[in-house]
Amino acid sequence: MPPGTPLEYYLILSAVMFVTGAAGVILRRNAIVIFMSIELMLNSVNLTLVAYAHHLADHAGQILVFFVMAIAAAEAAIGLAIVIALFRNKQTVQVDEINVMKW
Amino acid sequence: MDVERIFFFVTAGVAAVSAILTVTRRNPVESVLFLVLNFFCLALLYLTLHAEFLAIIQILVYAGAIMVLFLFVIMLLNLGNDESLRERSGPARVVGLSVALVVLAQLAMLLTREAPAPGAALPAGFGTAEEFGAMLFREYLVPFEMTSILLLAALVGVVVLAKKKLE
Repeated sequence: MPPGTPLEYYLILSAVMFVTGAAGVILRRNAIVIFMSIELMLNSVNLTLVAYAHHLADHAGQILVFFVMAIAAAEAAIGLAIVIALFRNKQTVQVDEINVMKW
Repeated sequence: MDVERIFFFVTAGVAAVSAILTVTRRNPVESVLFLVLNFFCLALLYLTLHAEFLAIIQILVYAGAIMVLFLFVIMLLNLGNDESLRERSGPARVVGLSVALVVLAQLAMLLTREAPAPGAALPAGFGTAEEFGAMLFREYLVPFEMTSILLLAALVGVVVLAKKKLE
């Protein structure tokens, strides 16, 4: 591992971003902002994977990040299509007003 | 402090602040823009970690394609108005914040563990498109092909979901 920033610094930033995203998922009610929080969490995990790939001098972490990005793209497309379908039927994206599956 | 360390702290600071602003802004358009800023900072950090190809992909796919999709949907649904953005209050906020703090405490506990021993010196061309592609197509070809099936399924699913009437 070449000299530079220690691995722990990247992990701390990743933890902060992950917790921020988790808090966003729990606290926000706008479905689109919830999706963005999920993207934030995915990206924080990506940062961890890249940092470890560098630390261990192993390509596998970077390959995994590539697949996470592909999944995230699919997830964002599907999620936003669901949001559009919901908005068309309910005229809202506030998740607590959407409770047809609750009862 | 050397230049690399200062660069890390500036980039990481901007990334953390923009992440928090993404979650706390009431206007979703502002959230998207802060999230794009966050993704750019991550791309810079990937560069410092010798992941050049991923840094490019991060900007092209994430900051470019995915976030434009978000922005497009927000504009399409006309969600910019603030009065429809009432947020959770009272108990829900307390519970949410405490859950977040518990997760943070768990991650902090994990950080106190010793990191695994660093690997050998980085091989030549680590993280470049050439090395990355060779690895992807030699050792991870099956997952790669499965990803294409997944994307096809997502494509069909989006078309079905976005149709006017479900039959």
